[in-house]
Amino acid sequence: MPKRSAPEVNAGSMADIAFLLLIFFLVTTTIETDSGINRKLPPIEDVVDPPVIKQRNIFTVVVNKNNDLLVEEKPMNIKDLRAAAVAFLDNGGGKGEEACNFCQGEKDPSSSDNPDKAIISLKNDRETEYQVYIAVQNELVAAYNELRDREYLRLNPNGGLTFTQADKIYSDPRTTPSTKEALKKKLDVVKLLFPQKLSEAEPSKTN
Amino acid sequence: MPAISTASLPDIVFMLLFFFMVATVMRDSTLMVSNTLPAADQVQKLDKKDRVMYIYAGKPSDRYQSKYGTQARIQLNDKFATVQDVGAFVLAERASKRQELQNVLTTALKVDGETNMGLITDIKQELRKVNALKINYTTRLGAYTQNFN
Repeated sequence: MPKRSAPEVNAGSMADIAFLLLIFFLVTTTIETDSGINRKLPPIEDVVDPPVIKQRNIFTVVVNKNNDLLVEEKPMNIKDLRAAAVAFLDNGGGKGEEACNFCQGEKDPSSSDNPDKAIISLKNDRETEYQVYIAVQNELVAAYNELRDREYLRLNPNGGLTFTQADKIYSDPRTTPSTKEALKKKLDVVKLLFPQKLSEAEPSKTN
Repeated sequence: MPAISTASLPDIVFMLLFFFMVATVMRDSTLMVSNTLPAADQVQKLDKKDRVMYIYAGKPSDRYQSKYGTQARIQLNDKFATVQDVGAFVLAERASKRQELQNVLTTALKVDGETNMGLITDIKQELRKVNALKINYTTRLGAYTQNFN
């Protein structure tokens, strides 16, 4: 039987084929970098008996239709909002059972008792611009993050991580379950100290 | 001078090809609204792609303005929609996902920065009605001061 050799396949056009595919993927590619502010909406349920909340535990932020900011009934520039929110949350003016032993605020009796009780109420007009609303949300979240970072560092001084960094690692899908478990415990402790209580009122109508 | 050998060119091209194949995410709907996202820096990464549904809103882009006007509108999948359609859209999306993912879905709101809050409030109200409570205001990374111009 004569020895038959398989004919050599011409690989010269391989580069062309590869280029064609490459260009296709180059064109269709969108390297996804989606990120944003996570929020949880309140479920619809009829609250029969709304809990009584002391006025001093509510920090009201109103954005009107001209995108102006009204904080605790006073006009404010947005660059001061973060500091004002931090001061409110960290105030810790409560006494006895409501005292806050980790707060570093001024303990002003007319401001919040305890971060656990402190509520930020955000109200916007139907004509407020979305980007302004996001800016306000951003600053309020920043205030919470600033305080949580501080507490996280105080409780875990050797970790070398801040709350936001730890949270990022926690929500990364590549993190192993065991690391997640360990982080979750630490994160939950801090979340309990400064719970994000950001309430959004139904918007006011303008006629 | 000897010619440079091009024998390794296919290898290089294949390497690039594989990179883009891995990094690519196919865009599943064409945008019909202008979509300049607002800037924020206190952001969290969005969940995996199969757990997210997208709601777009904003002014119709230039080529649709003659037909749909300049009022901000909602886009679901490839169509313009009204606020009343949001609930049905969410339920349909939820039904199309795997059972174990149905309770962990996030709704990503990709809304143009210049939209009025009224529309967004209406969307949120619809989402509450169908119990889709996890939302994400998708933003681009940047200082909040960029939102004031």
